[in-house]
Amino acid sequence: MSSGEASPWMTDADTDHHLKESFMGRAGEIQPEPMFDPHSIRADFPALAREVRPGVPLIYLDNAATSLKPWPVIRAVQAYDVDFPANVHRGLHTLSEEATAAYEGARGKIARFLNASSDSEIIFTRGTTDSINLVALSWGRATLRQGDEILLSAMEHHANLVPWQMLAQEKGVVIRYAELAPDRTLDLDSFDRQINERTKLVAITAMSNVLGTIVPIQEITRRARSAGAVLLVDAAQAVPHQRIDVRALDVDFLAFSGHKMCGPTGIGVLYGRQALLDQMPPVIGGGDMVTHVDRAGAEWNELPWKFEAGTPPIAQAIGLGAAVDYLSQFPWDQVVALHHSLVRRAEALLSAIGGIHLLTPPNQVNGGVISFTVDRVHPHDLAQILDRSGVAIRAGQHCAMPLHQTLGLAATARASFYLYNKHEDVDVLAEMLQNAQKVFHRR
Amino acid sequence: MDDFYREEILDHYFGSSQRGRLDHPSLSADGTNPLCGDAIHIDLAVDEQGTISAARFDGAGCAISQAAASMLTEYLEGRTTDEARAVSAEEMLKMLKIPFTPARLKCALLGWKTVQKALTPKAEPDQPAANS
Repeated sequence: MSSGEASPWMTDADTDHHLKESFMGRAGEIQPEPMFDPHSIRADFPALAREVRPGVPLIYLDNAATSLKPWPVIRAVQAYDVDFPANVHRGLHTLSEEATAAYEGARGKIARFLNASSDSEIIFTRGTTDSINLVALSWGRATLRQGDEILLSAMEHHANLVPWQMLAQEKGVVIRYAELAPDRTLDLDSFDRQINERTKLVAITAMSNVLGTIVPIQEITRRARSAGAVLLVDAAQAVPHQRIDVRALDVDFLAFSGHKMCGPTGIGVLYGRQALLDQMPPVIGGGDMVTHVDRAGAEWNELPWKFEAGTPPIAQAIGLGAAVDYLSQFPWDQVVALHHSLVRRAEALLSAIGGIHLLTPPNQVNGGVISFTVDRVHPHDLAQILDRSGVAIRAGQHCAMPLHQTLGLAATARASFYLYNKHEDVDVLAEMLQNAQKVFHRR
Repeated sequence: MDDFYREEILDHYFGSSQRGRLDHPSLSADGTNPLCGDAIHIDLAVDEQGTISAARFDGAGCAISQAAASMLTEYLEGRTTDEARAVSAEEMLKMLKIPFTPARLKCALLGWKTVQKALTPKAEPDQPAANS
């Protein structure tokens, strides 16, 4: 992250101040923030050229579920299968050496992308869920004792909830929840009331997949440090949307997936602080995670391979490296400005319609998500009606049932944006929501 | 404008006379689609001849799940429990007269599944199934 760039990890007051500043020109007049032009890259994404059905183009607003894939990523995955489809770390032949270089090269790209201290801190996994489970089953099982506490927030995805509940059942650990403030941002006062000397782990999302709410991780780090707790950040939504510096944020673990950031499915990352990873036992045993095996036992390989038993998803890891290269070429503060602009436009258009209730905290720095309900129209029916116009949104509980219980809602609808979304996409969304209302309001 | 959300579906969704609960149901069951939040409660009143004299549904969810439960409970009134058990998933979908995508099948069949659950004698957990 270049110095002076807008960071969502600052406190709200800092960020508001920064945003206001960035709107001010030298003469003091309001100037439009420089904004990324999505038209410049839409041709990179072949799925944007398809029609959902004849004559109906795709308007893809389900990016928080998974993003579309650009040609450089598709080609990188294909290059492995075509040019050097060999196993890694095993063969002494040319193809295996090429595959190993590409696989480990991807790890290096990710380490630099996150500003990790070394490549050894980057563990390839199947995705965010797999990464968090690795921490629960390795660090959690080895470290936590009966009566220890884990602090989560009220807006966690099931991936950062169920592994801890399973561990709590096994170890007699207590789970606590930091609540939401009335504006549906994280209530830091509630967080302060829940954290204590028994808190051994804080596991929290950096950005809600339902609300788009951004959690001020630096505030969380400070609190976790003074309580002596380890901090795990679920960055499945944050890494695709914000530049993340794991050393500046001072987190212990950070988990994310490739497929929400233009990469392939089946690949994800666990960043871990080396001192912690060194102490942790492996969870999955097999080939490649050992240096010596005899009939009596085995010695573990060094980091990061200790946690990568068996043949890894090689093509997918290389594809994720290509996704990091792809995203890194863009001025990210301008991409963030585009996401803000799309959310602001959606807030304005949807609020003007009437009968639509926005759940996304208004006027907040937001990771490109807007969630809402529509009077008399169930989210599933909405999603189905919108699909007929080629508009892809998500409906349901978005793998966050406890959050929906807290909000008192059976289901919500969610539109989520990425760097190829145009302002016109938001206009079509608003128009089609009105159409859906007409279908259901005609009686 | 919309073949999927036809008048008939919306009538069943918004103004169903089948919606509600029975004071003394002979059979009841609850069904949910946990990941989408659809919920259906079914009450059946069965007379001594095994005929369903009243069927009601209650719950919350999408238009399809609620309309399907309304249509099915309407259909079941006056039929025997054996006839009700014999209603297949295909027949339920035919009642709705909608082409279903795989994603919406769960919505369309929630009421039907809950009726089937209500009609299934509750087995003791420890008791082996009759045919095993």
